[in-house]
Amino acid sequence: MHIIMLVLIAATVAILLAFMGKVTTYETIASAREKHGKTVTVIAKLDTATLYYDPAKNPNYLTFEAIDTLGDRMKVAYYFEKPYDMEKSERVVLKGKMENNVFEIRKKEGILVKCPSKYKDDMEAAKKNLSTTN
Amino acid sequence: MKFIGENLLPGQIGHFFIVLSLVSSLIATIAFFIANKQTLPEQKNSWLKIARLSFLLETISVLSIFIVLYYIISHHLFEYKYAWQHSDTKLQFKYLLSCFWEGQEGSFLLWSFWHCVLGWLIIWKAKKPIHKEWEAGVMTVISFAQFCLATMVLGIYFWGVKVGSNPFALLRNEMDAPIFQKPDYINFIKDGNGLNTLLQNYWMVIHPPILFLGFASVIVPFAYAFAGLINKKHDWIKPALPWASFSAAALGLGIMLGAMWAYESLNFGGYWAWDPVENASLVPWLTLVAGLHTNLIYKHSGHSLRATYFFYIISFVFVLYSTYLTRSGVLGDASVHAFTDLGMNWQLLFFILVFLLPALWMFFKQYKTIPTLHKEESTWSREFWMFIGSLVLCLSGFVIILITSLPALNKIINHFAFLRKIFKNTFAQPEDAVFTHNQIQIFVAIIIGLFTGLAQYLKYKDTPKAYLKKKIWLPIIASFIIATLIVFIGKVHYNHKGYGFMIAIHIAIYAATYAIIANAGYIVMVTKRNLKSAGASIAHVGFGLILLGILISSGKKSILSWNKTGIAVFEKTAQEDPAENTTLFKGIKTDMGKYMVTYVKDTFNNHDRKRYYELDFKPKNGSKGFKLYPDIIKNNKGDGYSPNPDAKHYFNKDIFVYITSFKIDERDEDTTTFRNVTAKVGDTVYYYNGFIVLKNALINPTEKQDKYKQGENAIFIDMEVVSKEGSRYAVYPGIAIENNSLRNLPDTVIAQNLVVNFNKVIDQKEGKLEIGIKENKSLTSLLTLKVLEFPMINLLWLGVIVMVIGLMMSFTHRMNQLKSK
Repeated sequence: MHIIMLVLIAATVAILLAFMGKVTTYETIASAREKHGKTVTVIAKLDTATLYYDPAKNPNYLTFEAIDTLGDRMKVAYYFEKPYDMEKSERVVLKGKMENNVFEIRKKEGILVKCPSKYKDDMEAAKKNLSTTN
Repeated sequence: MKFIGENLLPGQIGHFFIVLSLVSSLIATIAFFIANKQTLPEQKNSWLKIARLSFLLETISVLSIFIVLYYIISHHLFEYKYAWQHSDTKLQFKYLLSCFWEGQEGSFLLWSFWHCVLGWLIIWKAKKPIHKEWEAGVMTVISFAQFCLATMVLGIYFWGVKVGSNPFALLRNEMDAPIFQKPDYINFIKDGNGLNTLLQNYWMVIHPPILFLGFASVIVPFAYAFAGLINKKHDWIKPALPWASFSAAALGLGIMLGAMWAYESLNFGGYWAWDPVENASLVPWLTLVAGLHTNLIYKHSGHSLRATYFFYIISFVFVLYSTYLTRSGVLGDASVHAFTDLGMNWQLLFFILVFLLPALWMFFKQYKTIPTLHKEESTWSREFWMFIGSLVLCLSGFVIILITSLPALNKIINHFAFLRKIFKNTFAQPEDAVFTHNQIQIFVAIIIGLFTGLAQYLKYKDTPKAYLKKKIWLPIIASFIIATLIVFIGKVHYNHKGYGFMIAIHIAIYAATYAIIANAGYIVMVTKRNLKSAGASIAHVGFGLILLGILISSGKKSILSWNKTGIAVFEKTAQEDPAENTTLFKGIKTDMGKYMVTYVKDTFNNHDRKRYYELDFKPKNGSKGFKLYPDIIKNNKGDGYSPNPDAKHYFNKDIFVYITSFKIDERDEDTTTFRNVTAKVGDTVYYYNGFIVLKNALINPTEKQDKYKQGENAIFIDMEVVSKEGSRYAVYPGIAIENNSLRNLPDTVIAQNLVVNFNKVIDQKEGKLEIGIKENKSLTSLLTLKVLEFPMINLLWLGVIVMVIGLMMSFTHRMNQLKSK
C-alpha cells in the first residue's frame, strides 16, 4: 500500500513538474519579439482604431494592433470571432507567438478581454448619471 | 445636512441585526465550546441551553437581515447602495432574489443562512444519544464560522482597517457625486444600475442557493473531525458519514447546475471550460468524496482514520480557499467570471488561516494517538482499492487547484523580492490550458471508473475467491461488449490531440461503461434489488453516466458551422485557421454540414430586453426541420452585448448554436445598380474588393440543368472571383435563350456582397460578352454564428440526477441506521 501511495504521489509531482514546464511567461512586446516562435502571454492595450473584423468576408479573422505599457506596438492576428465588447476593454491578455512580426493567436482562449471592473464602472457611470440629473 | 425622502429605518434595523448576529454567534461559539468541555450532565445541559438560545438569536438575526435586504431591493430603495448597484425597477420579479448573489455581501448571507439550517438539523438530531455526544463540539465550529461570516458583512472600520462590507451602506456615503449636495437627492435617482443581464437567467435563480448549500454543508464533516480532535474521541465517524453523503450530493448538484447555466447562457461553447471559478468549487467536492470513502473504510475495517481526518479538514479548507480565489480579485487575468475585489483580501485570507492552522496543528499533535491498524490491507479487500481511489481523487484535486492557483502564486512571487530574483518571471497559463487539464484528468477518469466498478465486487477485509469468480465476470463481459458497441457504432474519433489522447478516451469509455454496468449489476445480483442499501451503487451508476456523458459529448463534439464559403488560395490547416464561425445573410440559405440554415428574422423583445434571431434548420436528408432562437442581450453594465445560446434537444444529441457577431442593417432595400463591362473569355474584370476571371463559356452544361428549361439554349460562364484577402469563389452566371427571348440567370457571392449577371453576347465572332456587376457594400443584415453538436449530452445530465438521488438515498439510509441503534 505504501509503495502504491508513493508511486501515486511521485506521479503527481511529475505531472506538476511537467505542467510547470509548459506554462507560458508574461512578456512585454519587445521580449515577445525576442522569443520569436515561442508561445508567450502579453498584457497589452488594444488600439481600437486598428481593429479590423469583417464577418461578411471572413468571420474567422480578426486583426488589430496592441500597445504595451512600454509603448511598444505589435500586429495581432486571431483566427476566431471578435470577442464581444472588445472595443471597450481596458486591456487584453494575449497568448500566442510572434511569427514574421505578427503576434499569431491560434487558440480560441488566446484572447482574454478585461473590461473595466464592474464596481469601478458602476461608480463612473453613476457619477455621470447623477451629474446629468443634477 | 438633513436629507429628505430617505427611508433609513430598514437600514438601521438591518445593521442592528448584523451586529446582533455577530454577538450572538460569538456567544454561541463560547457556550458550545464550554458545553463541550463539561463532563457533568447538569452543567453541560445548562451551557447547551445558553448556546442553543444564542444560536436561535443568531438564526433570527440572519433571517431578519435577509428579509430587510429583500425589502430594500423589492421596494427599490435606491438610497441603499446594494439595491442601487444590483437591481432596478424594470427587473422581473423572479430575479429579485438573484440580486442577493450578484454582490458578495448577499452571497455571504446565503452561506450564513444555510449554516443556520444545517445547525438546527444537527441540534434537532441531538435527541438521539449518538448525536448528542457530538452536538456541542460540532456546533462550536459552525457557530464560529457564523461569527466569521458575520464579520464579512459588518462594514466597520477598526483602526483604519475595513472589516467586511455592509449591504446596508447608503449610496451617499459610498459615493462622491455632486448630486449628494442636494437634500432631496433621492428624487433624482430614477433607477438602479440593474442586475447583470447574464444573471437574469432561471439557472441563476436556482444554481447559487444549491451551490452555497453544498459549500455550507462541507463544514459538517469538518466540524465532526475537529470535534473529534478536541475531544480525542473518534466515533464521530458514524454520525458524520450521512452528512458527507449529503454534502457530496448538494455540492455536486450545485456545481453541475453551474455547468448547466454555462451551457445554457454563456458563450463558453459548452458546459465546462476549466475556468478557475469552476475548478475552485470542484476541488472540495473531489476531496470530500475521497473523505466519504475513507470514512466508510474506517467504519468497516478500522483502516484510514487518519486519512479521513485529513480529507475532511482539507475539503473545508478548499471551500474557504475557493472563496478567497473567487472573491479576492486575484484571478483577474485568468477568469471570466470571478467577483470583483471589495478590498477584503486580508480578511478572506484570515478566514482560511483561522480554520486551517488550528485544524492542522491539532491533527499533527494528535496524529500519533489517532488509532491505526498496522496490518497491511489485503489486495483482495475492498478497502485497499477504495483507498487508492480516494487518494487518486484527492491528488487529482491537488493538481487542479495548483494549476488554478498560478495567479495566486504570481502574487506571492511579486510580493517578495528574493522570489522575484529566483523566478525572474511570473507564470501565465499554458498555451492550451483546457487540454492541459483534460490530458491529466482523463487518467483519473479511467482509474476511478474502473475502481468504482471493481471495488463493489470485493468485500471488506478479504474476498473469498469463489465469490469473486462467480460474480465478477458477467459485468466485465457485458460492459466490454457494450463499450465496444458504443465505440464502433458511436464512432468516437476525436483525434485533434494525437493518437495517445484518442486511445486514452477510448479506454476511459470502457472504464466508464464498466462503472455503470458493474454497479447496476451489483444492485441486481448482490443487494437483490434492496433499494434501501443500494444508494451507493446508484450514486456510482450516476457517476459512471456522468463520465460517459462527458467523454462522448466532448469527444464527439463536432462543429457544424465550418466555414465553407470562400476557399482560401493557400491551403490552410485547421491549426492555422480553425474557421469555426460561419456568416449568415438574412434570408439566404447557407450550407452547414447536415443542415441548410436560414437566418429568417430578428425581433426585439421589450419584456426581457433581448433580441431574438430566428434560425431555420432544414436537414439535407429531407427529415423534419426545426427553428432555433439564440439571442443577444444588451448588457446593462458597461453597455456591451452578450449572446445567449439556444439548443435543439434530441434524446441522443443537442444542436447548440450561439451568435458570435451580428450586424443589423436598418435600410434593407437594395439601392445600387449594375455596372456593365465588356469582356472576353480569358479576361479579368475588377470589382471593389478584387477581380473576376472569366475562365470558360459552357453551352448547355448538364450540371446546370436545374437552371434552365427543356428547349432553352443556355450559355453559362465559368468565372472565378478572387478577393483581396485571397479567397476564391466560383460563380456561374448564365443566359437562357428560347425563341429570341432572353432570360438572365445571375449568380451571387454573398461573402463578397457581389452579384454577377451575364447580360448578353455582344459579338459572337469575337466572343465579346457583356457582364453586369453589382457590388453592394452592405448587402443585408448578417450574423455570424457557431453551431455545435453535442452527442449524448443527456447522459451527463441524467448521470447528475441519478448520482444525487443515490447519494440522498444513502444519506437517509444511514441516518435511519443511526436512529435504530
